[in-house]
Amino acid sequence: MAARHTRNIVDRPIWKSKGEASTVSFSAFAFLFSELIQYSQTKVKSTAELENRLEVAGGEIGRRLLELLTYREKAPKRKTRLLDLLKFVHTTVWPYMFGKTADSLEQANAADDEYMISDVNLALTKYISVPRDMGSFNPGALAAGIVKGILDAAGFPARVSTHYVDVPGLSKPQTTILMKFEPSVMQREARLEPRAT
Amino acid sequence: MALIYSLYIINKSGGLIFHKDFAPISRVDLNDSLRLASIWHSLNAISVQLSPVPSCTGIELLEAETFNLHSFQSVTGTKFVLVVDPRASSVPAFLQRVYQLYTDYVLKNPFYEVEMPIRCELFDAHIEAAVQKYPMMS
Repeated sequence: MAARHTRNIVDRPIWKSKGEASTVSFSAFAFLFSELIQYSQTKVKSTAELENRLEVAGGEIGRRLLELLTYREKAPKRKTRLLDLLKFVHTTVWPYMFGKTADSLEQANAADDEYMISDVNLALTKYISVPRDMGSFNPGALAAGIVKGILDAAGFPARVSTHYVDVPGLSKPQTTILMKFEPSVMQREARLEPRAT
Repeated sequence: MALIYSLYIINKSGGLIFHKDFAPISRVDLNDSLRLASIWHSLNAISVQLSPVPSCTGIELLEAETFNLHSFQSVTGTKFVLVVDPRASSVPAFLQRVYQLYTDYVLKNPFYEVEMPIRCELFDAHIEAAVQKYPMMS
């Protein structure tokens, strides 16, 4: 283990051996994220703008993550189907970022083009108490931005937003990331659907 | 009956930034608790001056017949004061726990300004939970 880390991070290969999990200090991340929010707050007038800034920041991360994590997969392959890509976000991107898969991935009941990824304890929001006057602001906007970055870069443009959802039986509201795909994506999906004959 | 009576957090200039009572005892009103905080802060500073040996960090424990007052000062000068029943044990360890919760849920919260009163829901909730877990008197 020690020998592996004697090399500078930029000198190490992008490829990782199996079982080698990259970890960073959660405290360091929490402070950095806290500073990002505090800095963003000096640049915005409303909570909507603040969420927007976090989403933009996340978008950049998402685009890079798609590239890196696809490369590290066993059989790197471009995802051409919507479900493949969503599963990739749920079971590959989430463990890379948070050390576990997302709690759930589901399709919205009301609409075909809406999907949701939910997490009860999103690690991003662990230490953050949103003051009451900030209304529905959710620091998970960064995660929404990351997801949007991945979807956009993969050619599945979507509108992505974060919401707090109260779940009966839980003391904390869960964070739900809602993805609404553009009509062009859904039309392409319909075309790619193998015809039942 | 709960052995922990109340918790005060005092900032480095002697202002009270957090106060919570845990037992149904006669409550100290807000003005009095603010005064209490600044007096304790001053006493602490005086005790440091009085110490015959250098590097004294101030009063750590005040014992009375009906209560004990434990105080812990962090490196930045923030003081954590716990008023407990004289029978309460391992209070310094509990103060460390409070300090840990403070560093996690207050200092890592982007909406908290240092040295200002603490209004963080998660901090409140975790302090409450920690006190609940503290051994009760049968």
